[in-house]
Amino acid sequence: MREPNPITPVLEVKGLCVSAQNRKKQLTPIVSDISFSIAPGKVTALIGESGSGKTTISLACLGFARAGCVINAGEVKLGDVDVLRLSNAQRRAIRGKDIAYIAQSAAAAFNSALTLNRQVTETAVINGILSQEEATAKAISLYRELDLPEPETIGDRYPHQVSGGQLQRLMAAMAMICDPRLLILDEPTTALDVTTQIEVLRSFKKLIRNKSTSAIYVSHDLAVVAQIADEVMVLKDGVEVERGSIDNIINAPQHEYTIELINAAHIMPEQLPAARTPLLNADSSIALPLLRVETVTAGYGRSHKYLALHDVSLEAYSTRTIGVIGESGSGKTTLGRVISGLMNVKSGSVSLEGQPLDDAIDLRDRDQLKAIQFAFQMADVALNPRHRIGKILGRPLAFYFDLSQQAIDNRVAELLELVELPTEYALRFPRELSGGEKQRVNLARALAAEPKLIICDEITSALDTVVAKSILALLVELQERLGVSYVFISHDISTIIQMADTIAVMREGQVVAYGTTAEVMTPPHHPYTQLLLDSVPAMRTDWLDNLA
Amino acid sequence: MKPNEPSSGLRYLLSELTLTPIVCLLVLIAIIVVVLFAPFIAPHPEAAILTDESFSLPGELMLLGSDFLGRDVLSRLIYGIRVTVSVAFAISLIAFILGCALGFLAAVKRGWVDSLLSRSVDALISFPAIMVALIVISALGSSIPVLIITIALIDSTRVFRVARALGMDIVVQDYIEAAKVRGEKMGWIIWHEMLPNALAPLAAEFGIRFTYAILFISALSFLGLGVQAPHADLGVMVKENMQGILYETYTPLYPALCIAMVTLSVNLLVDWFLKTTDAELPDEL
Repeated sequence: MREPNPITPVLEVKGLCVSAQNRKKQLTPIVSDISFSIAPGKVTALIGESGSGKTTISLACLGFARAGCVINAGEVKLGDVDVLRLSNAQRRAIRGKDIAYIAQSAAAAFNSALTLNRQVTETAVINGILSQEEATAKAISLYRELDLPEPETIGDRYPHQVSGGQLQRLMAAMAMICDPRLLILDEPTTALDVTTQIEVLRSFKKLIRNKSTSAIYVSHDLAVVAQIADEVMVLKDGVEVERGSIDNIINAPQHEYTIELINAAHIMPEQLPAARTPLLNADSSIALPLLRVETVTAGYGRSHKYLALHDVSLEAYSTRTIGVIGESGSGKTTLGRVISGLMNVKSGSVSLEGQPLDDAIDLRDRDQLKAIQFAFQMADVALNPRHRIGKILGRPLAFYFDLSQQAIDNRVAELLELVELPTEYALRFPRELSGGEKQRVNLARALAAEPKLIICDEITSALDTVVAKSILALLVELQERLGVSYVFISHDISTIIQMADTIAVMREGQVVAYGTTAEVMTPPHHPYTQLLLDSVPAMRTDWLDNLA
Repeated sequence: MKPNEPSSGLRYLLSELTLTPIVCLLVLIAIIVVVLFAPFIAPHPEAAILTDESFSLPGELMLLGSDFLGRDVLSRLIYGIRVTVSVAFAISLIAFILGCALGFLAAVKRGWVDSLLSRSVDALISFPAIMVALIVISALGSSIPVLIITIALIDSTRVFRVARALGMDIVVQDYIEAAKVRGEKMGWIIWHEMLPNALAPLAAEFGIRFTYAILFISALSFLGLGVQAPHADLGVMVKENMQGILYETYTPLYPALCIAMVTLSVNLLVDWFLKTTDAELPDEL
């Protein structure tokens, strides 16, 4: 490997334009006129929401455009070679060796039939840079540097035998095996749980610093980027909005879009929101809970063999929100399914307003069905792609209320207005809506039943932060207007704190902490709550370094 | 995609018509006309013997000549198309209704319902189709209803597998879950939530099944177990006039050509339909 010259940048991108090409060969620009350069050993972050072109730019640095896209102008200089002018064979020679790419989902990037070592060392060996023994030795030293457990033997395992966070670090080892000059990390921690994210982030940072590699870090999360990047470029709709050092961007943002991004970031609020007064009946006696889940145990497989919930109890009050927080595999979604009747319980009970609910959905009567509605995480797949919005919203109305077609149409228009969508949307298909709009329709469908309780299962997780913020605001407003109660399921503690009156912290199918937001969130915390709280990146550049 | 454009599947399909599908469509329209109006189009009755000359050459009286008994080939062809195509259509329709209903049921219910249905279908499929048909028809005697029901049952096993596979993919989608939470009955879920999403591949499968049905009845007729004389049917006509080849006439080739034309145009149309509906997937670029 050549010693990087400290004066010339490792990568220089000038006037890069990438366009989408349709079948009629018409071009629609995705990214226009992007220029930046990366000095040796520095990390530049590309920040933006989905559709901002950040992945497109990072792929263009590899000389690659996704199917249907063409790079139509600009130059990408790696040292003094213009990657875009190379032939495919020449590009292949530099990929892996000089530039390496780490994708968002490591689970999808590994071949489950080969050992990890074989895959990590593959690039170096087939390019003839290292012999298999040298490559394996190097891989082991990288595993050690990435703080992987049992570095000597972990490489003999198969991808399914390590965790998601470990897989992501193994992918970094794979990328670093040839000591590339430039590393491209595309949302490498987005798919991970917060507690895992820290470990991975810390290993990446250490690796980049030790190897003094230059890197492009693609992310939507400014607080994460603040821990690792030197320079930041904020993108919106394929155009650079603002660029500067990380300190300047997070402490003194100039452009209003950057400010909006910072405000919408998932960071811990300085103080807890003011608690609402306890719910009282008209005669000012303390109200009984709307929904009561009592010692529910449930699982998957024949006769609940694989338990997902152990002895879970909680209560939801009308016009209030209960937040259920946990990492993947904590049983929070299973809890939602049990409440809605999609899953049978092994033992325990669910009751609504004191009336026990049957756990089989076909045995619940219409009023019980109406009272509990479910809002799904992925609005994309929760709305039937072949139905118009009007039909999607109209069906619950016809089903629960036996309205005439005229009344249904009027009510659909009302519902669309309620979720702040234009009434003409009734004629559209789901694919003609943006992600945030689909999530609003999803909510409107739940509201159509005039429910007492809506189970919101990670409804903002798949959305961009700015859009997610507007959905949360809508939820709060709807609660004030309609008095609906929410079971708000999320993995994001900052969102939960904003939304919830009471919080249940779940881990491995059990509720480990339960109480009002103030009780759960004021020290002393349960150790797991503490871990979750500590794992949320703060909007400071020194957060990761100062972490114990 | 421009958000203001109302999406219309039909209009999109029409805009993608090229020469091949247009020709196929014209052939199909012609065939539908023949099926509906055979008695008015045919110059002679199908069973009338007009000459004592076998395999006479085309002339003014008989545009395509006469067959081995001296009947008008053109008229018999027209009646033959009517019988073959309408029987094949009835077969595919019944096979579809049955296959889709059971296939979706298996996909939704899973468990023992799925096992029972799938294993029974496997058992039926393990016999060669033509053998099952031969056994049933020789036992019950050949009549058009027996023919239709037998072949439809055999065909429905193939449709079942396709429908079950499609249904399995659809049933795990959240919108099905949403319908279940609402408390919808299973029939409604299958009809309103699942079927629209399986329609394009099922329509294509229908086309393919239809051509197989034509080939299948033609084969049975050729073996003498299908449509019985004196009624005309494309397979019967090939069989009856086979020895005409020896006299260097084209007579057996006309029905063979008809079979090829119908199956080919349906098949090409299906191919084109699949290709264009695939490309219609939301293209967000």
